[in-house]
Amino acid sequence: MTQPTALIAEDEPLLAQALQAELARAWPELRIVASVGDGASAVQQTLALLPDVLFFDIRMPGQSGLEAAAELAEQWPPASAPTRPFPALVFVTAYDQYAVQAFEAQAVDYLLKPLQAARLQKTVEKLALALAKPAQAAINLEATLDQLRGLLASPSAAPRPPLRVIQASVGNTIRMVPIDEVLCFEAADKYVRVLTAEREYLIRTPLKELQEQLDTAVFWQIHRGTIVRTLAIDAVTRDEAGKAFVALRGLKEKFVVSRLYAHLFKAM
Amino acid sequence: MMRIDWIDKLRHFLQTMAFSLTVSAVQYAFRPERPYEVAMVYSLAIGFFIWASIDFGRHLFPSTLETGWPQGSAGVILPIAGITLGYTLGTLTSDSWFGWSSWGSQGLAELRLSLLITLVAGSSITYYFYIRNKAAYLQARMNEARQHANEARLKLLETQLEPHMLFNTLANLRVLIGIDPQRAQDMLDRMVAYLRATLDASRASSHPLEREFDRLRDYLELMAVRMGPRMRYTLDLPADLAGVPIPTLLLQPLVENSIKHGLEPKLEGGAITVGARLDGGLLRLEVSDTGVGFDTTTARSDGFGLAQVQERLATAYGERAGLQRQSIPGQGTSVHLSLPLAP
Repeated sequence: MTQPTALIAEDEPLLAQALQAELARAWPELRIVASVGDGASAVQQTLALLPDVLFFDIRMPGQSGLEAAAELAEQWPPASAPTRPFPALVFVTAYDQYAVQAFEAQAVDYLLKPLQAARLQKTVEKLALALAKPAQAAINLEATLDQLRGLLASPSAAPRPPLRVIQASVGNTIRMVPIDEVLCFEAADKYVRVLTAEREYLIRTPLKELQEQLDTAVFWQIHRGTIVRTLAIDAVTRDEAGKAFVALRGLKEKFVVSRLYAHLFKAM
Repeated sequence: MMRIDWIDKLRHFLQTMAFSLTVSAVQYAFRPERPYEVAMVYSLAIGFFIWASIDFGRHLFPSTLETGWPQGSAGVILPIAGITLGYTLGTLTSDSWFGWSSWGSQGLAELRLSLLITLVAGSSITYYFYIRNKAAYLQARMNEARQHANEARLKLLETQLEPHMLFNTLANLRVLIGIDPQRAQDMLDRMVAYLRATLDASRASSHPLEREFDRLRDYLELMAVRMGPRMRYTLDLPADLAGVPIPTLLLQPLVENSIKHGLEPKLEGGAITVGARLDGGLLRLEVSDTGVGFDTTTARSDGFGLAQVQERLATAYGERAGLQRQSIPGQGTSVHLSLPLAP
């Protein structure tokens, strides 16, 4: 077997250095191919260097560890290595706000800071075992996606009252758009596009914040940047590459379904 | 429409009945020559009708929250009308129970006496209920206020001892112990000072500006170890302002906001500046950062940290203190406080 490789994404330099040192002790064969300080670099470096194991801090500047992992899953496998299994993922966090113990036995592992040598040893043993059985790696991506969905959907601190009307500014006026008329929300740079059958509005409230205030039975998130009205969905089609697109009644545009949310669309 | 609390009504009814029985017992004690049954029936009947007309009648008027009692003149008219009505109905009912009439000329003295008893007893029990409801209301308000204060204190402590900050700091400390014990010791000292100040903050209401800046330095040093080159800071306190009193850890939440919402989300990090200066008899404090900033037109609620600073300023200085916040997306945020030199 070739030498296993790993990537560390941790924004606090001392902690990144320490993880590397602890890993050198617990798993001498492991080679750290890169140590980065933010989510976006983690995605980029992982796609370029194809490590076997990823250690992601959850809270990082820019993209969080969870978001970075979700994006990686989206882009996997990279064009350069179409058969490469998804790397084993280990989240490192100071505070267990996601109740990560819940998935100790699953595809994604977690470590709490400060790191404990004994706990790290356990993780290393598990990882070494998984890497030795390459057949298992094929299922890895699906299992990882499953867990990421659960984590990304973790409710925020306080439940917020449901949104009934969208206040969109158009020139000097504020248009009150009833939520029942909205077919789709789509993130676009600094704005969110609010699409109704008649017209389009731009608002500045981030999609994430909107999503917390929407009824999940009425609106489905189908992509990191897209939320659509479930009952307005006309059809979901796949292209040759396997990418799924949603067509909405009343809109000409089509919307990409990300792999993370593809499970929503299965024939009965 | 007022919701009627039936348990409450039952409680009032039973208390009124018990009081009526007491009144009849006292009457019997003074006039044992009359059968007890007579005093009891009249007392219970009159008591019942007075209770019914007042306790239900009060829902016909707008009432104050404190006591559930009608406001203004209605509050006086209601018991008078209730007692009159209750006396008439009660006497008529009891008359028909015994099969005689109290309204004939032979019973005039009797009638006058029973009216007097009714007036005194009726007013006392009405007053009793009034006072009791008011006391219960005040008690409830007091408990509510106490609970509110406890919650606020807890929330403050929770934000200051934020688990991410705590465990990440400890994780750094654990690393330093292995590789640089001298720095580890220094970090631990700062952490102890920070924790002590945080936990003590509720005890002392104010301290000199110099102390405030020392505590900010402790906090910023802790963050500097964690964030490495991504964070730089400047503390600028002119020597002649060192002794000016300021509410304990007033600036702490602002510096925390700068780190958490300004620098932490920014890839390349940035700088934090805390400054103090004198301006026309006013103390001007400024906390600014070169972080990600935000769009002031869409910013959601000001957050617990800023709200708490504003509240503390208002409590300590009232109208004489002010707070302004400016932010430019991509360039940073600054908060300016102005407060009088003496509280």
